[in-house]
Amino acid sequence: MHDSRHWPLYEVFVRARGGLDHKHVGSLHAADERMAIEHARDLYTRRQEGVSIWVVPSKAITASDPGETESLFEPARDKIYRHPTFYDIPDEVKTL
Amino acid sequence: MSASAPDTKALFRYLLRLGDLSLVLGQRLGEWVGHAPALEEDLGMANIALDLIGQSRLLLSYAGEIEGGGRSEDEIAYLREQSEYFNPVLAEQPNGDFGQTIVRQVLIDAFQLELYERMAACSEERLAAIAAKSVKETRYHLRYSGSWLVRLGDGTEKSHALAQSAVDRLWPYTVELFAEDELDRAMADCGVAPRLAEVRAAWDARLDELLAQATLKRPDDRGYSWHGKRGQHSEHLGYILAELQYLQRAYPGARW
Repeated sequence: MHDSRHWPLYEVFVRARGGLDHKHVGSLHAADERMAIEHARDLYTRRQEGVSIWVVPSKAITASDPGETESLFEPARDKIYRHPTFYDIPDEVKTL
Repeated sequence: MSASAPDTKALFRYLLRLGDLSLVLGQRLGEWVGHAPALEEDLGMANIALDLIGQSRLLLSYAGEIEGGGRSEDEIAYLREQSEYFNPVLAEQPNGDFGQTIVRQVLIDAFQLELYERMAACSEERLAAIAAKSVKETRYHLRYSGSWLVRLGDGTEKSHALAQSAVDRLWPYTVELFAEDELDRAMADCGVAPRLAEVRAAWDARLDELLAQATLKRPDDRGYSWHGKRGQHSEHLGYILAELQYLQRAYPGARW
């Protein structure tokens, strides 16, 4: 751990304001969770970007396989009826 | 604390003492930019350096107002001679290795934290406001430096040895932080600053806890012969000022 090349990678999520979701903002290297929070504070919130930080070891994330894109995502393409676009919106509703 | 108004000249000098500590330490930390052991630490130390320089700006510009001669923060920072700087010499000690930088930082962070926490309730409104703002920043500085002290001290055999030697080397300079002179006494008497003995007791407790966590030994206190607070500095400050003041000396009046 004295060599930064051996520090594990963490993914950083920042909540911009109370009530909003934590959003993925990037990643960083740190020796452990505490250091990861401190680094995240210094790297990703120095321009007042947030009020809360989550860090997750990158190795804890299981990602979908880019090779399976076809079977995972393409079947949704021709199912436009899943989008709620077939409703008549009353004139009184302004902000939907 | 009683609240008679402080003598203007004394307050001016005291503000320089506080402001110079932050300015010189900030300048020292800034030397790490581009050289830190990891990109993340590079930014971490630069953030702290900027906080410190921000604190010194508030203190030095207030000093300029108190002085009443129309000097700006920049004129005070860039156009004073070495003997007119009043920081304790600990702040100007070289960065050395990362461990030495961290130890110097812990010693000063803990001092500033205990000082500012008390000063935030002092009778001098403007200084109290500067202290209140600085407390929040300084709490993070100590969290950063303190956690590194524990990592290094309680780390590998090598990091432990380097951290201990940094503590042994820098410890003697801490005596100056708490050596109360007439100015410290005058500021405490009129309610502007806390008693240094009180700050010292709190600092002691904090350091004992941190050193124990870091499995490092606290060196014995020895007598001191440093008087940076009176403008007598080690050979290091001249080099720091040469770099800090170069632009204003070479191009007087140059503006951003």
